[in-house]
Amino acid sequence: MPNYNWPPQGQRRLMGKRLSRLDGIEKASGYAKYASDLNPPNLLHGALLTAPHAHCRVTSIDVSEAKAMQGVTSVRVIAPAGTEIQWRGAEVAAVSATSETIALDALKKIKVQYEVLPHLVKEEDLKKAGPRAKAAGEQLTGDPDQGFKEADVVVEGYYGIPVITHCCLEPHGQVVEWKSDAVNMFPSTQNVTGIGGDLAKALELPATQVRVQMNHIGGGFGSKFVSDRWGIEAAHMSKESGGRPVKLFLDRETELTIAGVRPSCFGKVKLGAKKDGTITTWESDTWATGGHGGGGSPPIPYVFTNIPNQRKAHSAVSINAGGVRAWRAPNHQQACFMTDCALEDLAAKLNMDPLDVFAKNADLTPRPEVYRNQLRQAAELMDWKKKWHPRGQSGSGTLKRGLGVAIHTWQGGGHDSKAICRINPDGTVEVELGSQDLGTGTRTAIAIVAAETLGLPLNAIRVKIGDNQYPPSGASGGSTTIGGVSASTRKASVNSLEKLFAAVAPSLGAQADQLEAVDGRIQVKGQASKNLTWKAACNKLGATSIAEMGENERRNPGSLISAGVGGVQMAEVEVDTETGIVRMIKSVAVQDCGTVVNLKTAESQVYGGCIMSIAAALLEERVMDEQTGRVLNPDMEFYKLSGIGDIGEIVVKMNMEKEYDDRGVIGLGEPAAIGLNAAIGNAVANAIGVRVSNAPFTPDRVLAALEGRTA
Amino acid sequence: MSSRKEPEVPKKTKPAVSRRGFIQGVGLGTGALGGALTGTAEAAPQSAGGAVSGPGAVPFSLRINGKTHNVTLEPRVTLLDALRDSLDLTGAKRVCDRGTCGACTVIVDGRAVYACSVLAIDMQGRQIQTIEGIGTPDKPHPVTSAFVEHDAQQCGYCTPGFVMAAKAYLDRNPNPRSEADVEAGLGGNLCRCGTYVGVRKAVLDAARDVRRGRNA
Repeated sequence: MPNYNWPPQGQRRLMGKRLSRLDGIEKASGYAKYASDLNPPNLLHGALLTAPHAHCRVTSIDVSEAKAMQGVTSVRVIAPAGTEIQWRGAEVAAVSATSETIALDALKKIKVQYEVLPHLVKEEDLKKAGPRAKAAGEQLTGDPDQGFKEADVVVEGYYGIPVITHCCLEPHGQVVEWKSDAVNMFPSTQNVTGIGGDLAKALELPATQVRVQMNHIGGGFGSKFVSDRWGIEAAHMSKESGGRPVKLFLDRETELTIAGVRPSCFGKVKLGAKKDGTITTWESDTWATGGHGGGGSPPIPYVFTNIPNQRKAHSAVSINAGGVRAWRAPNHQQACFMTDCALEDLAAKLNMDPLDVFAKNADLTPRPEVYRNQLRQAAELMDWKKKWHPRGQSGSGTLKRGLGVAIHTWQGGGHDSKAICRINPDGTVEVELGSQDLGTGTRTAIAIVAAETLGLPLNAIRVKIGDNQYPPSGASGGSTTIGGVSASTRKASVNSLEKLFAAVAPSLGAQADQLEAVDGRIQVKGQASKNLTWKAACNKLGATSIAEMGENERRNPGSLISAGVGGVQMAEVEVDTETGIVRMIKSVAVQDCGTVVNLKTAESQVYGGCIMSIAAALLEERVMDEQTGRVLNPDMEFYKLSGIGDIGEIVVKMNMEKEYDDRGVIGLGEPAAIGLNAAIGNAVANAIGVRVSNAPFTPDRVLAALEGRTA
Repeated sequence: MSSRKEPEVPKKTKPAVSRRGFIQGVGLGTGALGGALTGTAEAAPQSAGGAVSGPGAVPFSLRINGKTHNVTLEPRVTLLDALRDSLDLTGAKRVCDRGTCGACTVIVDGRAVYACSVLAIDMQGRQIQTIEGIGTPDKPHPVTSAFVEHDAQQCGYCTPGFVMAAKAYLDRNPNPRSEADVEAGLGGNLCRCGTYVGVRKAVLDAARDVRRGRNA
């Protein structure tokens, strides 16, 4: 079997360096075409009519007037009379027309009558949820009653982290055409290989009849895996309109109402510990919602999984609101928040530095040495020992500074992926796989791996992704892409290179296994003067290209990739106790991701994860109105993302030391977005002397906490 | 986040030919837009040839990236939708569609404008510059190159808007002294992937490159 191992760290020319993304210029110059940018000839525009009530039944629907409008090519009833609707924004009907304005006018002509039914849209108060809260069975480990009895100190706190949305800047949608028996789909998707089969099933077509192509996606974060109702209806409307392509993308209000949310989590956590800070006992009573289907169940206690005595109860609350979709590191932000805020409260009660409490309890985690090392490194970068003060002892002025820490983990691993590396007789190289670049830099990472393997410059590799006619590669979710595609690309490139060695060995008077590919040449190992340029070597292939496959099997990943990482994030905030405004001063993120393929885009992932967490900690919350059952902020002025002036200084350190690098490639997108949310909460508590229980830490909540009110 | 893009309150506003009632309200909050609306609300009916335009499509022309484009559009069509749907200039993106996020930023008569919040018909006689007009992948604008160098983009959907906002900012403020200056200048644009660290560096670097280019 060929040797697929990564070259030793010191011998890599490209991997681990800071390299600019290959599609960067195309995107930043506005020439990159996203699915929502496509304007094929004869394009029709689709639009959705959505339900105005959080819970209702359609009693009648009349589309005749819309159908009769000039320019309207198709009207589809999605929710016929009798349909019970469980959230505002659910799809009721769809229209396609020759222009978007006509499609929107046509929606207004659809007459729907609803019977309004009672709704529940808020879950913060579990008592009001009644039978819509479903309790999971209590989980017991060890003897928590005895644990609390023997504890030197017991601390109990209430914490809450709300529903937030994905808010992808490119909304969900697609251009799709269904002509005779074939469907061409141009979606905004994290799942190029898989979404075609999903649509084919819904349209009752063989999977072979759905072609999927996508060059770029404007954000997904876990919310774009399937063809969705709007994709299916757009395909039907195309067919009903003689096969003309239909573009249907959600408007911002619909995007923020039905295209995915992160579940909330609320509840009480009680910790028992020894005087030295060692945690002995955990008790939690939590609840969450992710919409009508209930809520996520955060893995608590988070990271500190080996607390000897535990009692856990959790309820999932069903509410009348758009449903959950995987949100970057599903359930982990919530779990981290519930756990690490409690740890900080324990440290405060013991009058200990939380850094010491986290380090002491690292033995309760699966990777004590990693976390201790990262806590040390992060503390240095934050200048923690110099800046930290006991909770609330932040001077007499009205501007209070504080520090907070949190730790996190993510599994990652590599998804199933097949790649073809094609070496052409003219020396050109193509790598093909049915993957996608979410903005993480996947396209560039594939090129780096192939170029590293073949001894070529980065720009010599043509990466072909974004088409389901290429070899299948997994959906980009759970930080599994970099593992999957780097392993499949490495193997495909090694396999093709071996074929090339075999083809040129006779001309170099050597055996194939004596050859190596270095700096654009094929040469004899130890006799570099015996060489052929890459192009001359490829010319020896005659008329036939080499095209070898490489495969990563999720369940049998081999040594190129691995899973399971640790990370530490710290926050320094300044709280204005007169206005309640929390300002970010500095964040530090120390992150392990095994072998780094591209340091530049890896750091970008961590910066991005921190910035998303800052938004989640300080700004983001889907606000529901109890009376009308609607989302009150389905827009970007009141559903707030952080702006460029909100983030403070951010320091990122990737762990590239040998012991981390030796583990192989591990995904990074999710872990980077976990810890800072809790770290900011802890920093606020450290600054102002009281815990602000509920994220986001908005001025009203900070002021309420300062006044001793529930926040 | 509210826009901090050169706030400017229009001296007087007249009812514009508007597909959305909120436009004037938004105009007061977002300075670039407010400035753009003041003149156009008065100019548009005259140049369209009568007191009332529409509601059907009317022919008019737009001056974009130095070229004249003749279009026939309903008066309610925004500049953004005209660019994207009728002229295939899709670098400006439709994200919030109501003057919050800046993904649709174009430059009109030298000022950054949210193309989603002005009507195409009101842009007659204006010099409109889009991302496609400031450079190409083969010959990128220095701001574009700096964004790539500093990885000031991930999914890239906000990026053309950021580049245009940065260009408009640097055109008027060629010597930003600090990241804080850049933050003030680009407060009207939002990114979801979290690329601001790169954006801050890119804009400072681009300022230097643009100055060098001018001196050369």
